[in-house]
Amino acid sequence: MKSFGYTITKDRQIDYDANDRRLIEYVEGIEPSIRICMECGSCSATCTAGHFTDFSIRRLHTLLQRGETLHLRKEIEKCMLCGKCQLVCPRGVNLRNLILIIHQALDKLHHDL
Amino acid sequence: MSKTAIIIGGGVAGMETAGQLNRLGIEVVLIEKQASLGGHLKNWDRLFPDRRESQEVFDYLEKGMNDGISLYLNATISDIREAGGKFTVILEDGRELSSDALVLATGYDLFDARKKEEYGFGIYDNVITSAELEEFFRNNKQKNLFEGVQSKRVGIVHCVGSRDEKVGNLYCSKLCCVTGVKQAIEIRELMPDAEIFCFYMDLRMFDRHFEEMYYEAQEKWGIRFIRGRLSEAAENPDHTILVKVEDTLTGLPLKMKVDLLILLVGFVPSPETKRLAGMLGLKEGDDRFLCPSDEHLLPNSTDHPGVFLAGTLKGPASIAATIVDARAAALQVAEYLVNGER
Repeated sequence: MKSFGYTITKDRQIDYDANDRRLIEYVEGIEPSIRICMECGSCSATCTAGHFTDFSIRRLHTLLQRGETLHLRKEIEKCMLCGKCQLVCPRGVNLRNLILIIHQALDKLHHDL
Repeated sequence: MSKTAIIIGGGVAGMETAGQLNRLGIEVVLIEKQASLGGHLKNWDRLFPDRRESQEVFDYLEKGMNDGISLYLNATISDIREAGGKFTVILEDGRELSSDALVLATGYDLFDARKKEEYGFGIYDNVITSAELEEFFRNNKQKNLFEGVQSKRVGIVHCVGSRDEKVGNLYCSKLCCVTGVKQAIEIRELMPDAEIFCFYMDLRMFDRHFEEMYYEAQEKWGIRFIRGRLSEAAENPDHTILVKVEDTLTGLPLKMKVDLLILLVGFVPSPETKRLAGMLGLKEGDDRFLCPSDEHLLPNSTDHPGVFLAGTLKGPASIAATIVDARAAALQVAEYLVNGER
């Protein structure tokens, strides 16, 4: 068939119903403090990794809540576990633990992410 | 000779103003267009932020309605006349009531959610308003909200009819945020397995204990918050509702299916307030709520001597704030009647 060079663009919409939420459920089960995030962005603003890469722990957390886990394994590798995010968090969310548990969960759930 | 005040409107503000003025020794006439007192309070089950029974507040207000107050129910005003500092209120049935001061306490209406057609209220079965939900809580306390519906996911939409220039309401209704969070918790209590989402632009938890309630909703009850104003709701063949919103915190559009969609309807000025304000030449603001003569210093007085304002005809207010305002109005009226000061 002749190719005209057109391709189908992937939908960037979050399809909440189709998303796999096992990961967030696992993480929340171990670290319930991540529920109380009010999305202020203090964590990302102070993040050392975020100053040099496009890593945003706030956004990662929000995407995780929505069941968006694509690129997650690659994303969390940018975190250096310095813990500054946790120091500035006004609600005391244990963000370092969030990263550690995601590591753990990815291995445990055998996610191909 | 004792002085008389006529209070127009028998909701929270009218009842409290009447009760207070009566206790201050002023003769009070209370006019209510409906068959019973209480106004919107009677449609509430439990109140935010402490979720006390609304009936307790009503019982307190009702206790103030003693024999010293002449009550006119089912009464519609056809005209108001004024001569020599005296007011004559003429009812539709021809009865005439006279007084030395008038207090308007005609309250607000709820925004008509059908005007936001894109949310499908009045079109789809599973789209209801926060007021309907409250009525449900009040009438069916023991029953499961979703009996036979198998509801698993509930969406709560903030700012319906508020902060929306398209429907002509630029203002914030203030209390919808906390109402939504309260109702989310109450739904959770009925349905421990349900997923509950609030779709908000920003949460305006301005008053005491409100922010703590938001915190509790997240921490204890697992309510989820998605920042973004719902763009549309559509009904699926199985009567579930598909909602579309931008999840502005991830910067991505989002869609999800909900079994029930609750619209947090805001305050709008009531047509009756407008009609009476027209008779008395009172000024209304850009938001169409009535304006006192000085918002800081004379919040219950008007530029019309002897005419006072109490409650939500001046804009969205909680029941607690309305009661405080009604007491301030009563004091202002008493001062006017005793000292002639407005």
